[in-house]
Amino acid sequence: MKILYKENLVDIPGTKVTKIDIEAPHIAAKAKPGEFVVLMVSENGERLPLTVVNADVKKGAITLIFQEAGYSTALLGKMSVGDSLYSLVGPLGHATEIKNYGKVILVGGGVGIAEIYPVAAAFKKAGNLVTTILGARTKDILILEKELREASTELLVATDDGSYGRKGFTTDILNDLLSANKDYSLVYAVGPIPMMKKVAEATLPFKVKTVASLNALMVDGTGMCGCCRVTVGGHVKFSCVDGPEFDAHQVDWEELGKRNRVYIQKEKHICKLSLGGSSK
Amino acid sequence: MKEPVKIKERPSSERGSNFDEVVLGYSEAEALEEAKRCLQCKNPLCSQGCPVGIDIKKFIKEITEKDYKSAYLTIKETNNFPSICGRVCPAEYQCRKACVLTKKGSVFASDNAINIHFLERFAGDFGKDEQVVNPSKPRAALSGKRVAVVGSGPASLCCAGELARNGVEVTIFEGLHKTGGVLRYGIPPFRLPRNMLDFEIDHLKKIGVKIVTSFIIGKAKTLDEIFAEGYSAIFLGLGAGIPSFLGVEGENLCNIYSANEFLTRVNLMEAYKYPQFHTPVNIGKSMVVIGGGNTAMDAARVALRLQKMAGLEPDTTVIYRRTEVEMPARRLEIHHAKEEGVKFEFLVQPVSFGGDKDGCVSALKVLKCELGEPDPSGRRRPVPVKGSETDIECDGVVIALGLQANTLLTNVVPGLKVDKYKDIVVDPETMATSLEGVYAGGDIVGGEGTVIEAMGMGKKAARAIIDHIA
Ligand SMILES: Cc1cc2nc3c(=O)[nH]c(=O)nc-3n(C[C@H](O)[C@H](O)[C@H](O)COP(=O)(O)OP(=O)(O)OC[C@H]3O[C@@H](n4cnc5c(N)ncnc54)[C@H](O)[C@@H]3O)c2cc1C
Ligand SMILES: Cc1cc2nc3c(=O)[nH]c(=O)nc-3n(C[C@H](O)[C@H](O)[C@H](O)COP(=O)(O)OP(=O)(O)OC[C@H]3O[C@@H](n4cnc5c(N)ncnc54)[C@H](O)[C@@H]3O)c2cc1C
Ligand code: SF4
Ligand code: SF4
Ligand code: FES
Repeated sequence: MKILYKENLVDIPGTKVTKIDIEAPHIAAKAKPGEFVVLMVSENGERLPLTVVNADVKKGAITLIFQEAGYSTALLGKMSVGDSLYSLVGPLGHATEIKNYGKVILVGGGVGIAEIYPVAAAFKKAGNLVTTILGARTKDILILEKELREASTELLVATDDGSYGRKGFTTDILNDLLSANKDYSLVYAVGPIPMMKKVAEATLPFKVKTVASLNALMVDGTGMCGCCRVTVGGHVKFSCVDGPEFDAHQVDWEELGKRNRVYIQKEKHICKLSLGGSSK
Repeated sequence: MKEPVKIKERPSSERGSNFDEVVLGYSEAEALEEAKRCLQCKNPLCSQGCPVGIDIKKFIKEITEKDYKSAYLTIKETNNFPSICGRVCPAEYQCRKACVLTKKGSVFASDNAINIHFLERFAGDFGKDEQVVNPSKPRAALSGKRVAVVGSGPASLCCAGELARNGVEVTIFEGLHKTGGVLRYGIPPFRLPRNMLDFEIDHLKKIGVKIVTSFIIGKAKTLDEIFAEGYSAIFLGLGAGIPSFLGVEGENLCNIYSANEFLTRVNLMEAYKYPQFHTPVNIGKSMVVIGGGNTAMDAARVALRLQKMAGLEPDTTVIYRRTEVEMPARRLEIHHAKEEGVKFEFLVQPVSFGGDKDGCVSALKVLKCELGEPDPSGRRRPVPVKGSETDIECDGVVIALGLQANTLLTNVVPGLKVDKYKDIVVDPETMATSLEGVYAGGDIVGGEGTVIEAMGMGKKAARAIIDHIA
């Protein structure tokens, strides 16, 4: 559980994204694209779910990439190479179904870009033509562009402010691709909830299978508490054991958005108390 | 005949704002007095009521003789953790109900029945405080043999202890970051102080049990891989970990918790010490707890404490669809809950939840019920009364409707026979599963039960495992 490597991918006011490699041979040996781990920074910490971005069996290490969203991710960001986490469990969740679909589109927004990376690489290896669309607020916070260019057949970028790639949203590019070409078999999206919702709306008229990896709040990550429950196609599912990937057309996005904000007051309070001002 | 000796308890006025233990136990004089009430029956019915058949008559006699060490060891013969069982065992449905002093035909023990559980606790705490050791008896045939125990609830702890005492090398794999299963994440510290649990687990470590936490069998390692590493047998004490929900409208509104989530946040993650501990829990001004078992009582008493700690006027109501006598909870917990200020509404059944604009729960719609014909469990079935809907205003809900089998492992092991509830099928004599060398016990066998039943199964499995590998 020792941190072997650490790199700041983005470090500008308001946005901090960090990559760490953690020693975890038993997880590295098993983790597949789409799976995640739950970690605790300290004994009094929260259980924090993060996607396994890369698993290096030889080194016995896994790579995590996280954005500082609140208190626990900020504490993780303060850890240095050589420090050990209090706990780390995984791999958890269902792995992505990797097969040759033909042509697929991956959409990554914000730190979700990190989460599509292993999926893109696996899809390409399985023989798919992989078109990857990356979205970021602005050029400075775009991550893993080089890596994803390698892991994809084609890479397209949208920034909200037009500082790089196309000005606009990932869904603008997605719409154009789907309108121009009818033979995409799968769209896979990870990013902020509003983005994933928009992706689902964009692909629905084209009847393309669309999968999103949800980031519901979690506690144990093993199906024991129901904190991560989401409504999919009118049925209650536990994200951690039934997902985290679901049919994006069936997800109740509004409910998920509300459930993920349920501790917002408390989180603001602990950040102010302990980190000296909001980390946002 | 003398009156039963009352147990000392922390006054309810002192319980509000902390998680300190409520039941304080017998002093030596009180234990002696209570033990003397036992009739030392020729045919002691009490033992037949105990799931592990503790020789109750004998240990009580030893208490009267002030031979507490022997009393402790007598209990230990069949029950590895007397201090724990003495605190959480539903004795009024088991040994005390069977005691001759209970009126024939009553649903649970009469007040007059011997307080066997309190005496057990007394002897257990004596053994613990005086560090009485139940000597190990390593067997040559078992030296160098390794057994993997999955999960660390009472079934697993008991199985591991029994194996280790016989000289087997045991490794426990637990998925969570701490050991104890429900004893850690479910039962609150005011019922089972954590030093009790830590003491037993430290003892296991002392006798050589290795403990690996944050390790999920079925995910990080398969059963086949465990065998390939040289383990001779595997015990599965996976528990019933999956919370049931009502399946009614509005159930995913914010601030509606399963009891497992609510209690895990508070007990395991220590949210009651927020922000010193970082896991939050939202506590409402009006909390409703749905259910009638131990879990519901624990959730309600935790909710009430959190309200008091947050400076709120305590307002926690338990909603149960039958009446108080049918509640499966321990009588003592119901009594304590009432004493502490938990309110009860009987004969009401949840229909749906209503929410506010932020998606948070704001009301629970219920139907009134009447008791109808007895159901297969022998308890009278609640029948909803048409048109009796009312709304209960609330801003926090805990659903405590029971738990189902934990399937993390069973879903991925081909050939492991499970029943329609996903519980593991075993041979009741040996706890052997359909897979050679794999045994199971606790709530994963036969569904949600009690701590002592789980321990009994763990012990039985340990004996069968020893026979299998010796
Ligand atoms: C299966 C899974 C995989 C994930 N993988 C990654 C990853 O690879 N990289 C990464 O940076 N993040 C990932 N997340 C999200 C990450 O777990 C959250 O950002 C983190 O829990 C926030 O904790 P915090 O205490 O720092 O922030 P908090 O103070 O708890 O929250 C700060 C803000 O973030 C929001 N938030 C909290 N938790 C989540 C969440 N789970 N999803 C979305 N918003 C949340 C809160 O509502 C609040 O607005 C993943 C989540 C899940 C469930
Ligand atoms: C809130 C609550 C209060 C209760 N109160 C009482 C009471 O007062 N008296 C009483 O007698 N009974 C009570 N019970 C019931 C009692 O706690 C259970 O019957 C008992 O704990 C079952 O023990 P177990 O060993 O089967 O498993 P559990 O205690 O459920 O433990 C199972 C453990 O296995 C772990 N696990 C599961 N799968 C894996 C895997 N694949 N790999 C690694 N680890 C895994 C889990 O994380 C868990 O820690 C209560 C239950 C609850 C929920
Ligand atoms: S273990 Fe439970 S049932 Fe058995 S004697 Fe002790 S209190 Fe009674
Ligand atoms: S049945 Fe009751 S009175 Fe008789 S031996 Fe057992 S505890 Fe004592
Ligand atoms: S996080 Fe607890 S059930 Fe999914």
